Amino acid sequence: MEHVNISTQKPTVVSMRGIVKKFPGVLANDHVDFDLFEGEIHALLGENGAGKSTLMNILAGLYKAEAGLIYLNGNPVNFNSPRDAIKAGIGMVHQHFMLVPSQTVTENILLGLEDPRFRLRLRDYEQKVADLGERFGLHVDPRAKIWQLSVGEQQRVEILKMLYRGAQVLIMDEPTAVLAPTEIEGLFKTLRSMVKEGKSIIFISHKLQEVLEISDRVTVLRRGKVTAAGIPLLNTTREELARLMVGREVLFRLEKKPLQAGEVILSVENIRAENDRGLPALNGLSLNVRRGEVVGLAGVAGNGQRELAEVITGLRKVTSGRIVVQGEDLTNQPVKIGIRRGISHVPEDRTHVGTAPNLSITDNVIMKNYNRPPIGNRWVVNAIAASKYANDLRNSYEIVVPSVATPVRLLSGGNLQRVILAREISSQPSLLVAVQPTRGLDVGAIEGVQRLLLAQREAGSAILLISEELEELLSLSDRIYVIYEGKIMGEVLDGDLEKIGLMMTGTPIEKIEAKGGA
Amino acid sequence: MDLIIILQAGVASGTVLLFATIGEIFAERSGVLNLGIEGMMLVGAMTSFSVTLKTGNPWIGVAAAMLAAGLISQVHAFISITLQADQVVSGLSVSFLGTGLSLVLGEGLSKAGTISLLPSFSVPLLSQIPVLGPVFFTKQSVLVYIGYVIFPLCWYFINNTRPGMHLRAVGEYPAAADALGINVYRLRYLYVFVGGVFAGVAGATISLAVSPGWFSELTTAGQGWIAVGLVIFAQWNPLRAAFGSYVFGALRRLILDIQGPTMLLGVANPFYYNPYYGFFLQMIPYAFTIIVLILGSREAMRKRMGAPAALGLPYIRGQRGL
Repeated sequence: MEHVNISTQKPTVVSMRGIVKKFPGVLANDHVDFDLFEGEIHALLGENGAGKSTLMNILAGLYKAEAGLIYLNGNPVNFNSPRDAIKAGIGMVHQHFMLVPSQTVTENILLGLEDPRFRLRLRDYEQKVADLGERFGLHVDPRAKIWQLSVGEQQRVEILKMLYRGAQVLIMDEPTAVLAPTEIEGLFKTLRSMVKEGKSIIFISHKLQEVLEISDRVTVLRRGKVTAAGIPLLNTTREELARLMVGREVLFRLEKKPLQAGEVILSVENIRAENDRGLPALNGLSLNVRRGEVVGLAGVAGNGQRELAEVITGLRKVTSGRIVVQGEDLTNQPVKIGIRRGISHVPEDRTHVGTAPNLSITDNVIMKNYNRPPIGNRWVVNAIAASKYANDLRNSYEIVVPSVATPVRLLSGGNLQRVILAREISSQPSLLVAVQPTRGLDVGAIEGVQRLLLAQREAGSAILLISEELEELLSLSDRIYVIYEGKIMGEVLDGDLEKIGLMMTGTPIEKIEAKGGA
Repeated sequence: MDLIIILQAGVASGTVLLFATIGEIFAERSGVLNLGIEGMMLVGAMTSFSVTLKTGNPWIGVAAAMLAAGLISQVHAFISITLQADQVVSGLSVSFLGTGLSLVLGEGLSKAGTISLLPSFSVPLLSQIPVLGPVFFTKQSVLVYIGYVIFPLCWYFINNTRPGMHLRAVGEYPAAADALGINVYRLRYLYVFVGGVFAGVAGATISLAVSPGWFSELTTAGQGWIAVGLVIFAQWNPLRAAFGSYVFGALRRLILDIQGPTMLLGVANPFYYNPYYGFFLQMIPYAFTIIVLILGSREAMRKRMGAPAALGLPYIRGQRGL
């Protein structure tokens, strides 16, 4: 990989000076300077809420800065809308794709353009789109409807959309968050080929590994301020970057005690279930989790993970198959039965499923035991006992909040997750189903949540960890299953990344091993 | 009871539904549900009748109806797009507003006497085709013929032109359209206006062609609501809307005519001998509308039928999702 040579510095394309942006209660960007050279991949690194996306949304014309100047090729520019930025050659690929699902790839690319004038002669434009895709290794069928495409393909459409508009500067906001490992490889290839054609790329990420792999220089933001301005990657290390990002030393190794797994707690046998649209989401899936082990479930988002968690916890009905918990058949039993039998659930959607946002911390933590002593009985809740219980949990789970009467909607992501974990773990569950427990949390909070999960493993729970963060799965799990289109592709004991990657894109383990053997 | 005559009259009365439904398709495709059609149609019917009475020229009447209903629609546009109020509530109030306005301003019009109507004619050659000729091309009002031309054009516009593509994008995912510089608010105002204009023409079609005159709220007799149901039935597609409109027009006519003869299919006609049965028949289109609206309000069903994803949701820039 090429790195920028400081002595023969390339011309500066974008220069942002003293950018200030305030949101209610937050200073998102505090006099931020940022420079982008021609033909480089410049990583913008920082924790969630560090102000990376804000800064780039300003550059892309979506937000207006309260103070500061933007220079494009040395000339001051002022963007009032994304359209202005696109016209100036700056395109942004957002985390949430801006694509119209019911329209074709070509239609999405042509949206908002002056050409074609009136009649959509899509045939002609489809060819153009295909040619452009060919040039940058962005293969996607121009006539396919967006909803038919995988997330990776949709991302390619987003990039094509910007290239079609002649973007010279491409801003990628957390582009790898939704991709499988092989797709990430493809994306990196594309980014490199774009740089070769003289385009410049800003790569927003909070994942050190990727930043180290793809970028030439890196700017680090912490709480809206620059802690490292465009340092070449050659001159830095992973530990150094982590320190700049978090503001303290970060341990990358979690303390995990060797543990002998006990008897089978959860056994899922050949289940089928439908998703919200009535389409099959789980297609004959089987797995088991034993006492004292963390079993990871890897997979690209939308392959049935959410449905599986819902089926196990009783939120969704299966159409066939069995779910057995501690020897008892709990198939299609109501949630309440599951809770009584010791199933805990840390759901993906913290604010709508995991908590009741307008209720206090107290009300949220007693949701599963409000009708049992000491907190209450069938008729009344003992408010004093409840708030004492909540205060105990607040102390032992380090929930940082002035009072347990605070509505949980006011909590940060990390604290909210601690409230959920406090409720779910304090009941000493026999089975804990955790879906994306660290998504969107910053590095410090992630560490805390992961420690809690491991402590629960030692306490003898069976834990099913559903996550899209491979690194997390590898460091926490004793075994990893890979799910693809509602089926288990195979099981990995040794954390073989290559195997996991292949299975995530739909190759069953039998085929992988057959190939490896031959 | 002559089937050809029923179908012929059905096509004429279906034209009213056709205009109203297509107008609503435009509004809903842009993401704005406008339940005010009934009110806008009444304003259109009343305006066209009274303007024609004054000027003696039905074309000026039609133009006035388009303008008046279009203006009323902008009340809904302002409330639901700019003020971002609930579209159902706003649409209902616009319906009441239109109904009330037309009743007050149309006071006395029912006894105003006869006016000159829009021309009717038969199309040479085409009217000679067996069955289709008499049904579609014989002694129909000029508006009926305009209807034949307009629905395929609207279909083409929505699916095969650049502005049509923008219209669909704004109704499906306004944030994506906005990010590419399409003015979501302007387009929504525009297509709500287009919807109003079509509703105005639908109203004028009643009072100047299909059943001439002004009969206060019985002029439309709830056809605006049937149009709301037809939009869902048509899955927001003008071609299917045309099919549904003509079928419903014919059904309306059949329900009227079936009460005429003493014998029906060789047995005594129950609808003739007991007129109360007729009320049940007349309920059919409205019952259908209620059923379609119930089905259409179910999220899963709407997705399956391809409802515009942002239908009913105000667009607020910078808000996640839609």
